[in-house]
Amino acid sequence: MYDSGKVIIGLVIFFGFFTFAFWYNMGKAAPAPKPKLDTPVIKKMVKKQCIESTHFMRTTHMQLLNHLRDQALRQGNRWYTNKRGEKVWISLQNTCLKCHSNKKEFCDKCHNYVGVDPYCWDCHFDPNRSKL
Amino acid sequence: MSMDRRKFLKIAGLSALVGLGGSEAFELLQPGAVDASEGHEGEGEANEGHEGPYAGDKIRWGIAIDIIKLGENPAMAKKIITTCHYEHNVPDWGNPKDAVKWIWEDDYEHSFPDSYNDLMAEKVEGMPFLLLCNHCDRPPCVRVCPTKATFRRPDGVVAMDYHRCIGCRFCMAACPYGSRSFNWLDPRIALKREGRKLNPRFPTRMRGVVEKCNLCVERLDAGKLPACVEAAPDIMIFGNLVDADSPVRKVLRERVSMRRKIQLGSKPSVFYLV
Repeated sequence: MYDSGKVIIGLVIFFGFFTFAFWYNMGKAAPAPKPKLDTPVIKKMVKKQCIESTHFMRTTHMQLLNHLRDQALRQGNRWYTNKRGEKVWISLQNTCLKCHSNKKEFCDKCHNYVGVDPYCWDCHFDPNRSKL
Repeated sequence: MSMDRRKFLKIAGLSALVGLGGSEAFELLQPGAVDASEGHEGEGEANEGHEGPYAGDKIRWGIAIDIIKLGENPAMAKKIITTCHYEHNVPDWGNPKDAVKWIWEDDYEHSFPDSYNDLMAEKVEGMPFLLLCNHCDRPPCVRVCPTKATFRRPDGVVAMDYHRCIGCRFCMAACPYGSRSFNWLDPRIALKREGRKLNPRFPTRMRGVVEKCNLCVERLDAGKLPACVEAAPDIMIFGNLVDADSPVRKVLRERVSMRRKIQLGSKPSVFYLV
């Protein structure tokens, strides 16, 4: 191979630059967010629990919200019976956000971390703010 | 393969015959199949075996608007409109192009263009009419919606599912009453500019969806009356059109009433008492 010294040095420099982003950010992974649950309504609750178990809500809240939205809006059935047998009025602004009144600390924190932008907030808004 | 002229003419003639008789052949094999695919649903099918206009339904919500009382107290129109627009966070853009209408005021000529004449009594001509979605029994908007974003609930309310609306505006073209409005701009811009207090219990809409009066389904489902009816119970009379003892049916029995553009066959359920 002609000019092997130059070629190899060039390749090393190229790969150095190419993988720069990985070197630079090594060991600096953003810590997983901890959504805050210290709203006045939740603090007052004797038994701190959501409409379903924490694990279920953490993994499946998107499907549940879609399902409840269709049930309430399209079938006109606004009562959800959860696995504990309790009845819950289906409403994002009037039920979910009543307890989770800290949208920024609760919803946005994780959504921003995983880079999702759910279109809920195009129409629904935090009812605890009287102005947009 | 070679073909002489005689054979070619034979085949051509036969093909033409089959071509001309094509639709007849369909008719022979599957009578009515062509008609059905063109959407000729049987006229009386919906009401088959029923007696009376709403027989078979349990609930059919309807509103009667007392135009005489509204004429005596025209300030009430403003109150009703404000109540509705607060309840549903309806923005006021201040120009007719971007206007979003849920319930609005117009004169006789534009409310009942088919029964207008040049020699109307002046009193009638100047009367304010409150217009809103008629929640038709056979809603043309529902028929044209390609995503089923707008649909008729079993209780007769023509509802909107904004999550599914793609903003094609077919429904606006189909609605003969102008009851549908398109959000050309983000409604929150106007709401912010107005600096108005928002109703925290109801969402806003977003840019690019069509919206309209929902007869306060969120209140009906909670067992409450529509906001306009609550604001002016003696002008807006609400009730179940199936139930002969409901307040609407009572008032419709006693008074002369009219509905908008009934010759179109959409069967509105908003009545005007005159």
